[in-house]
Amino acid sequence: MSEFLKIIDLTARAEEKELLHQVSLEIQEGETHVLLGPNGAGKSTLGYTIMGSPEYEVTGGKIYFQGDDITEEGADKRAKRGIFLSFQNPIEIPGITVSNFLRTALEQLTGERIKLFDFKKRLKNVMDTLQMDQSYADRDLNVGFSGGEKKKAEILQLLMLNPRLAILDETDSGLDVDAVKTVSKGIEEFQKKQGGSLLIITHNAKILEALKVDKTHVLVDGRIVAEGGPELVEDVGQNGFEKYLDKESY
Amino acid sequence: MKEKTQVQDINREFYDFRYKEDDADRFEAGITPEIIREISEEKGDPQWMREFRLKALEIYHRTPMAANWGPSIEGLDVDKIVTYIRSKTRMEQDWEKVPEDVKNTFERLGIPQAERESLAGVGAQYDSELVYHNLRQEVAQSGVVYTDLESAMHDERYADMIREHFMKLVPPTDHKFAALHGAVWSGGSFVYVPKGVKLEIPLQSYFRLNAKGAGQFEHTLIIVEEDAYLHFIEGCSAPKYYEASLHAGCVELYVGKNSTLRYSTIENWSKNMYNLNTKRAIVEEGGKIEWVSGSFGSHVSYLYPMSILNGRGARSEFTGITFAGEGQNLDTGAKIVHNAPDTSSYMNTKSICKSGGISTFRSSILVKESAVGSKSSVSCESLMLDSLSRSDTIPAMDVRTKQADIGHEAKIGRISDEAVFYLTSRGLSEEEAKALIVGGFADNVSKELPMEYAMEMNNLIKLEMMGTIG
Repeated sequence: MSEFLKIIDLTARAEEKELLHQVSLEIQEGETHVLLGPNGAGKSTLGYTIMGSPEYEVTGGKIYFQGDDITEEGADKRAKRGIFLSFQNPIEIPGITVSNFLRTALEQLTGERIKLFDFKKRLKNVMDTLQMDQSYADRDLNVGFSGGEKKKAEILQLLMLNPRLAILDETDSGLDVDAVKTVSKGIEEFQKKQGGSLLIITHNAKILEALKVDKTHVLVDGRIVAEGGPELVEDVGQNGFEKYLDKESY
Repeated sequence: MKEKTQVQDINREFYDFRYKEDDADRFEAGITPEIIREISEEKGDPQWMREFRLKALEIYHRTPMAANWGPSIEGLDVDKIVTYIRSKTRMEQDWEKVPEDVKNTFERLGIPQAERESLAGVGAQYDSELVYHNLRQEVAQSGVVYTDLESAMHDERYADMIREHFMKLVPPTDHKFAALHGAVWSGGSFVYVPKGVKLEIPLQSYFRLNAKGAGQFEHTLIIVEEDAYLHFIEGCSAPKYYEASLHAGCVELYVGKNSTLRYSTIENWSKNMYNLNTKRAIVEEGGKIEWVSGSFGSHVSYLYPMSILNGRGARSEFTGITFAGEGQNLDTGAKIVHNAPDTSSYMNTKSICKSGGISTFRSSILVKESAVGSKSSVSCESLMLDSLSRSDTIPAMDVRTKQADIGHEAKIGRISDEAVFYLTSRGLSEEEAKALIVGGFADNVSKELPMEYAMEMNNLIKLEMMGTIG
């Protein structure tokens, strides 16, 4: 299998604080990985750093995507390579509708003009899958959306933009049971129908129920402290992070 | 390779083009009574207008330069500005007959397209004369008059009306440049909407300056009778020159009882222009004035459209945006006079500054003793794109009754890094992301504009945001 995402000894900081210490992680194409960890462990930082957020400075290590060193690349270039980040708190962007934004983004990503008819049809289908009211297509991106609607809109973008690797940063947080189900269905579609790879940052095992998980990583205090299969999700679900925290303390 | 960044010099090549001057009737620089008489002669002014111009010139000469506030206009040498440049072209109703170079200028600005698409009439000012004027049949049939002021002055149906209203709202004694305007005004529009006529399609005019050292002193006079509706759009763009240029236009709007007038302007002046424009509306009982104003370009702008709410329940809405880039000092805002009970005013403005541009928002609200039960709400938001730029808010309120509800809100912010990251993570480049965010910030205005103008404004913003075109 060819190399897909490979992170080697990644160290990153924001301002003066080091937040990631020599993190190494590898995802093969088509795999679904879960990233667990207590609050403040650096999970989002890792997601943001893979996406190329200028907020974090990489001070050591490398990120490779499909064999290329992308450590210094801007977020737009990474997006064009097929990396996607679903934000924990999606940003409200007044002045552009969901539909126009998706079309603009798609044209940027593919470098091709998108036929309006095909686009609208696809958008309608995906919105139906996510049980989103069609009126959201003509509303300004995330503006005035509830927490749940914003998360659905992120998954809508995921399915429409069809990246190769999606990082989902607590996409399930703040959602009610039904919304988790719907969102999870969308992720399943990305995983199974679109053959996408996933790095899922979550607190909640619920969203993983319908998904085939290949590998689990536990991040504590900016370090990967444990790795395992899907059973690790269950273990953390039952026992929490206590034993990993203990390990840290000495 | 020239690098594109969001803080680069603005490339205005697209707008800063011009054609060679071909004017036979160019006057000497400097303003004397002789020049004013020549203007009157050339135009065939009626006697009252001849006297009016000379009186205004007198006022101009004895009025001192404006007080010590606002941006400096020291770079402006009024005597050097040739006040009256008339293109060889006379007014044309037929696009085919308009000379090629004049046409090219308009083609590049997209006028005929706009006209073809959805607009009711075009009064496009080339230099100081209207060269092209067309009004769709349906508009004319409704009894609406839309013509240039000079012609209307000679039409006995409107002559008295014009004499009665011309520079009554903005008298030449208002300030030095109003006096100058009174003396040398040339071109502009006259619109008359009869009682009960609600015009669905907007009327538009397009002004631009195209002669070196020439000022532009167009006069817009709009009279809307009772129970009527009009949307008037004025778009401006000017090519670039190396000498100081002056724009001292004047807009007078009369809004009758229970009528609504929407007055939209997108101004895009070249970056050496002194834009000292005066706009004023008077609104009678139950009437409403809606201002939509986009101020782009110019070196210095002083622009504060004023609404006089003169009858019970009269209303004013002002929506504006100002974009100040490198070397620009734009002092904009609005004035409201609440002169009757139960009047209300609402102001919503945005300003953007970048690369050292200065943007000042100035508002003035006067609530007279008689204006009991009046309401006023002012909100202004500024976006600074870098630390070189400057944004100020100067609200003034003079409230003379206790029975009024007055509010003011001001916010100053910067572009959010997280929003830029969000958009770039979807594949947009950093400059595209910033242009999109700034475009969204300007949404209050673009949402108020007809589609093609909103698009033009968004393109202008993109142009201002990007170092280069394309």
